[in-house]
Amino acid sequence: MSLTIIDGVIILAYLIFTVSVGAVLKRYTRTSTDFFLAGRAIPAWVCGLAFISANLGAQEVVGMAASGAKYGIATSHFYWIGAIPAMVFVGLFMMPFYYGSRARSVPEYLRLRFDEKTRAVNAISFAIMTVFSSGISMYAMARLLQSLHVLDSPFAYFHVSASYVFDVSVIASAVIVLAYVLLAGLISAIYNEVLQFFLIVAGFVPLVFLGLKNVGGWGGLVERLPRDYTHAWQGLSNAGSNPLGVDWFGLVMGLGFVLSFGYWCTDFLVVQRAMAADSMEAARRTPLIASVPKMFFPFLVILPGLIAIALPNQAAVEGASPRTSAAAAVSPRIGRGIIPAKIDERTGQPELDAQGQPVLDYDLAVPNMLLHYFPPGLLGLGLVALLASFMSGMAGNVTAFNTVWTYDIYQSYIHRGASDAHYLWMGRMATIFGVAFSVLAAYVALRFNNIMDVLQLVFAFVNAPLFATFLLGMFWRRATGHGAFCGLVLGTAGAALHQGFTLPAGAQAGLNGGWLGAVVHHYPSQMAQNFWTAIWAWSVCFLTTIFVSLITRPRKESELVGLVYSLTDRIREKHLVWYKRPVSLGIAVLLMAAILNWVFW
Amino acid sequence: MQLDVRMPIGLLFGFLGFVLAVYGLFSDRDIYRVSLGINVNLGWGLAMLIFGVVMFFFGWKSRRAV
Repeated sequence: MSLTIIDGVIILAYLIFTVSVGAVLKRYTRTSTDFFLAGRAIPAWVCGLAFISANLGAQEVVGMAASGAKYGIATSHFYWIGAIPAMVFVGLFMMPFYYGSRARSVPEYLRLRFDEKTRAVNAISFAIMTVFSSGISMYAMARLLQSLHVLDSPFAYFHVSASYVFDVSVIASAVIVLAYVLLAGLISAIYNEVLQFFLIVAGFVPLVFLGLKNVGGWGGLVERLPRDYTHAWQGLSNAGSNPLGVDWFGLVMGLGFVLSFGYWCTDFLVVQRAMAADSMEAARRTPLIASVPKMFFPFLVILPGLIAIALPNQAAVEGASPRTSAAAAVSPRIGRGIIPAKIDERTGQPELDAQGQPVLDYDLAVPNMLLHYFPPGLLGLGLVALLASFMSGMAGNVTAFNTVWTYDIYQSYIHRGASDAHYLWMGRMATIFGVAFSVLAAYVALRFNNIMDVLQLVFAFVNAPLFATFLLGMFWRRATGHGAFCGLVLGTAGAALHQGFTLPAGAQAGLNGGWLGAVVHHYPSQMAQNFWTAIWAWSVCFLTTIFVSLITRPRKESELVGLVYSLTDRIREKHLVWYKRPVSLGIAVLLMAAILNWVFW
Repeated sequence: MQLDVRMPIGLLFGFLGFVLAVYGLFSDRDIYRVSLGINVNLGWGLAMLIFGVVMFFFGWKSRRAV
């Protein structure tokens, strides 16, 4: 499978356009507030779509379809339980403090509410994390383009060996994201994110349409798949009776409470988009507006995975569609549906699991679906949708990184009291070396897969307790800086200890857990272990923060006005029409999510 | 804010939709075997073109109002 000229035109038009948006917006970026917070002048619906789009990285589009193919519609728990309630909570209850305190970043809120050391822990771990995540996003995109072989023939045309596809993809994506973020900062990232949101939808709607039509609609899909693939909640009473290997309590507490609130309510990557809003009401509406498309994204990103697994195996229909098998890097002859088996790079043979079954390469679900259904023309649009998702994720990380670096690390610990122009310059520099480090991280991921796995594990430990700190900080005036700091450190340690003493069933001790020698408990699946690690970390942080706060000196209440719920005036929204009030929006969103859960019970 | 985000969205979707629809009109029917015989380029291209024009129109209107 190779790209035709029409696909090339579409992809090039998109790439040129993204950079032009930055160039046009450049003249609006004069101060550091313009660069880092888009001048706090963006309307709510734009912030809302950027909010969702910044989160819609590679992991979402490729990973959620992979997970849909692996676990079925239960993957939607990552949306309906693992995102919507937290998004409503951050909009209704937390945004008043983020936006109202005039903090310029999430770590800066921690500085205002607690103390310098709590901010430092959060700012430094967050900065490192964003650089690595954008590197991983770059790596994933380059690997995908490489394994699809779509760029091989254009490369051959210019007499360049196809072995450079990885390098060119990494460098090109880095240069494009760098260009548009450097030109105009957050506003350019936000405008591009909104554009990317619509492109992702435009690329995936026809895919789902053709796929569903092919398998005979939702009814046909249900008939072709095992029962637990099309029901989200059945079997969750017991970890052994559902494909996730999780029981409902672990799911609701671990994913629905600790992990999801920890991400949506404290991650500056998304919160930054709401901070750019033009008013407090707009900032509060941002996550609520974002939650509406988020709720329906499972139909765009999970369904392709289900369809990919439900299609007849390609060996049987070779004649009917010769393209897919010729196109995909790995022939799906061994595998299920149009998802091929993973091939061991050293031996060239399919990888087998402990039972001797081939391990499927679920990450190829979406790319193979695109190649299977899209003719030239639309295929270009499908690839643009993939590129858009990778780039929005990357740019989200880069803009969050340059802000935290400049405000929370550079201005606080390296160079205080400089002019605004100096910090604007620093922000641009931070963008450049942030992207440079991401490129480096992409190559580290390529050479040493294990290092990336270790890092992601460490990030999970650092993130797990965060929400306890924010919850106590915002809703308990007695919480102190020492308490918050000790809570974060011990919470992270608690996560590491829990992971070190437990192991998912059938896994080897090592990265999967059990590295502390003794295995105290076996979990039915890795997902269950992750959820419980989060629950432990959160509880340790919560209790430690309360305990240490009670034995340390509280801050004066006058200093906490605008930072803590009980000391802040309630926001009056009587002047807004009812459907614009955040509270009524929040209730409507929760109701819709409940209905979706019921429909796919 | 000077530039309404709907204008760039309208421009890009209008352009991509136009290109896809024109390509759909003149392309060989054979390439649509993969898409169940449906000329998706023409259909989806027109849909994107209409979306682009609508977005651009509203973006343009709000700009003149300011």
